[in-house]
Amino acid sequence: MSPTPLQAFSGVTKSAAAHQKHAVTEGEKMTGAQALVRALEDLGVKDVFGVPGGAILPVYDAINEDTDFRFILARHEQAAGHAAEGYAVATGEVGVCIVTSGPGATNVITAIADANMDSIPMIVITGQVGVNSIGTDAFQEADIVGATYPVSKHSYLVTSAQDVPRVLAEAHYIARSGRPGPVVVDLTKTAQNEEMYYSWPQRMILPGYNPTTEAHGRVLTTAAKMFQRSFRPVLYVGGGAVRSDAGDEIKALSDLTGAPIVTTLPARGIVSDDDPAVLGMLGMHGTIAATGAVQRSDLLVAIGARFDDRVTGKLEAFAPGARVIHIDIDPAEIGKNRTADVPIVGDVKTVLQALIPQIEQLHAEYGKPDLSSWWKLLDKWVEQYPVRYEEPTDGTLAPQWVVEQLSEAADPNTIWVSGVGQHQMWATQLIKFRKPHQWISSGGLGTMGFGLPAAIGAAVGSQRYFNGDKPVWLIDGDGSFQMTSEELATAFLEGTPVKIALLNNSVYGMVRQWQTLFYDKHYSATILHEEDETGLVGCPDFVKLAEAYGCVGLRARTKEEAIECIRKANEINDRPVLIDFHVWKDAMVWPMVAAGDSNNNVTYMPGIKPLLNPTGDVRLDDADDMDGAAAADENEEN
Amino acid sequence: MASYPASQPGSKRHTLSVLVENRPGVLARIAGLFARRAFNINSLSVSPTERPDISRVTVTADVDEVPLEQIIKQLNKLLHVLKIVDLDPETTVERELVLIKVAADESNRSDVLEIVRLFRVRVVDVNPESLTIEATGAGGKIDALLGLLDHYGIIELVRSGAVAMSRGPRALSEKVIGSEITGR
Repeated sequence: MSPTPLQAFSGVTKSAAAHQKHAVTEGEKMTGAQALVRALEDLGVKDVFGVPGGAILPVYDAINEDTDFRFILARHEQAAGHAAEGYAVATGEVGVCIVTSGPGATNVITAIADANMDSIPMIVITGQVGVNSIGTDAFQEADIVGATYPVSKHSYLVTSAQDVPRVLAEAHYIARSGRPGPVVVDLTKTAQNEEMYYSWPQRMILPGYNPTTEAHGRVLTTAAKMFQRSFRPVLYVGGGAVRSDAGDEIKALSDLTGAPIVTTLPARGIVSDDDPAVLGMLGMHGTIAATGAVQRSDLLVAIGARFDDRVTGKLEAFAPGARVIHIDIDPAEIGKNRTADVPIVGDVKTVLQALIPQIEQLHAEYGKPDLSSWWKLLDKWVEQYPVRYEEPTDGTLAPQWVVEQLSEAADPNTIWVSGVGQHQMWATQLIKFRKPHQWISSGGLGTMGFGLPAAIGAAVGSQRYFNGDKPVWLIDGDGSFQMTSEELATAFLEGTPVKIALLNNSVYGMVRQWQTLFYDKHYSATILHEEDETGLVGCPDFVKLAEAYGCVGLRARTKEEAIECIRKANEINDRPVLIDFHVWKDAMVWPMVAAGDSNNNVTYMPGIKPLLNPTGDVRLDDADDMDGAAAADENEEN
Repeated sequence: MASYPASQPGSKRHTLSVLVENRPGVLARIAGLFARRAFNINSLSVSPTERPDISRVTVTADVDEVPLEQIIKQLNKLLHVLKIVDLDPETTVERELVLIKVAADESNRSDVLEIVRLFRVRVVDVNPESLTIEATGAGGKIDALLGLLDHYGIIELVRSGAVAMSRGPRALSEKVIGSEITGR
């Protein structure tokens, strides 16, 4: 038989001869599908998300009552992927989802890309048509390995059953080690049905994969010396620190050096907001104190962060006076956007554990730098520029107020999840975070619709690893929520009592905000529903929608109703609850740095640009005055 | 710091040697990274090496220093990539093979053959209306040859793309961690 196109050009073994050469006859005889399920069990996987389909049927046939892991049936493959992500972030384990070929696999690509951007450990198993049909445009065929090259950490096309356990062992290791990420395992139906001999453990063959975890000598000494010479240091902490579970080390480093902690979106909660060193999130919608601290710093310590454009604003104007220590496990991140004076490649936790004693030693020898004038400035910013908001003018609720109430009333162990949009920014600004792994949000890719499925995944993780003691609150917008609202069925049927706070403003709020600010209030395609036109309470009526899925639906139009709804929702733990908060559609996220603008031009509230006013309320030393003046010039040029 | 496209007018020529696992799909992953950054590849050649488990990709491209460094780091992240070097022309032997079909008949055949002799290249096919020349050498020699033959009319041309290795007794594959990649 002549080879199919893919066999000829890419990769499928042309004959069985190659495999017969290494024929394995030891181990337990089973099919490739059974081997996949067994390998997941042997890897210690406890929960798997997915949606079945034709090309993955043998695998689903191998899942039964005796299977060690729980299977959670989603209603859409994208949601299965996000649920696996939410699970992974909440628990620190590898999230796993199993979907079918073609449309099932293309649907999950969004989740793969999301996990890739946010470095979430995940294995995505996709079905694939039989090996002889590959490349022939067979029914539900898509080249999913090809399609996911640019958005996954690694991918496999498995054409032989005997490879299944080894590939799964490798995939799991690759997903969780180094810089974590999604690994795609595309499993042909042939390989699922074929017989093989199963053995465990498997020897991995990964000659090209050697992640560096430990930093080497000299850079640590240099970094410690730079701390010693710095009087305005800042720890700029990113999601990598969360993946590395380095919360304690970050706090220790901050306590030791006195450096303030500013975080990116995914790192919120890495150190408790109760700690006065925590200045909050920096960047486009960051606090004045956090953004200001970085702009005025003389030493910027980037820890598991990647200088994203939402953080830096205009790169050339970002932290202009700072020397940079960049700690990251991924060498390709270092020097990508900002040159590092001290590049340190390694696992954040390991590096910090090695760095701290070196700084201690220098302190013992030379004393500790005096940061009191630095903190005087920072404290002033914190005090003068807390996150503020305007009161609604149309009698609806202020969405920011709702978030504050939610935060106040919630269990301190709550896992907070969000979709993408204004509500996400208000959540990250106004929730009091206390621990790492309690904030799950789509950062890098900004995937609307991430919230509900991720919350379900987090709830499954809470049930599995925390005895269900960590309640899950999802803060979502009506636009974001509607992109995956079908998952209410999953939430109800799987018994995951997610609490949903829907900040319903009937518009795509974040896009509307940009239209208000930069597009002359031309609200093109951002109005989702107008009560005056339909006479309906909403489209859909979210209370009815929740009830239609067996969940509890509540509505809040006033502050009293809101507080009552939140109280009720916190008491319901046997099923999902959705609260439809009617909030102001013209509410804005402040502070804000316009895309591509310098962080020095951050607007606190309309008309107030605190970082351009160095001599105002806050008295600074001369060097800072010069920074401020330079920034002001730049502003005029713009 | 990111620059797009990575290849700009006036960018310096670089020769990259990439050792990869001899596996299907590897070239697609590498090519994808180059394409994403608009990296203009002049030539690309892929071949087996002294080790059956390893293939060698030689890429030549005109590219700026900064994006190149970033692309090399990203290439290194690909699991199938074992080793990458940006070869230093001072310590590298670089060769390319070309086949050139020249429109040469009895009126000018001897002139063309004179050029063939001067350049110490070979004629591999003769026809009343054409001559096919096989030439190997570094890029400069090939370009000079083509410059001279252009005048006679080049009917067809194919270049293998550069292959290169460093001078001296060491092999690039010595730096690959681990033993033979077998058992797939």
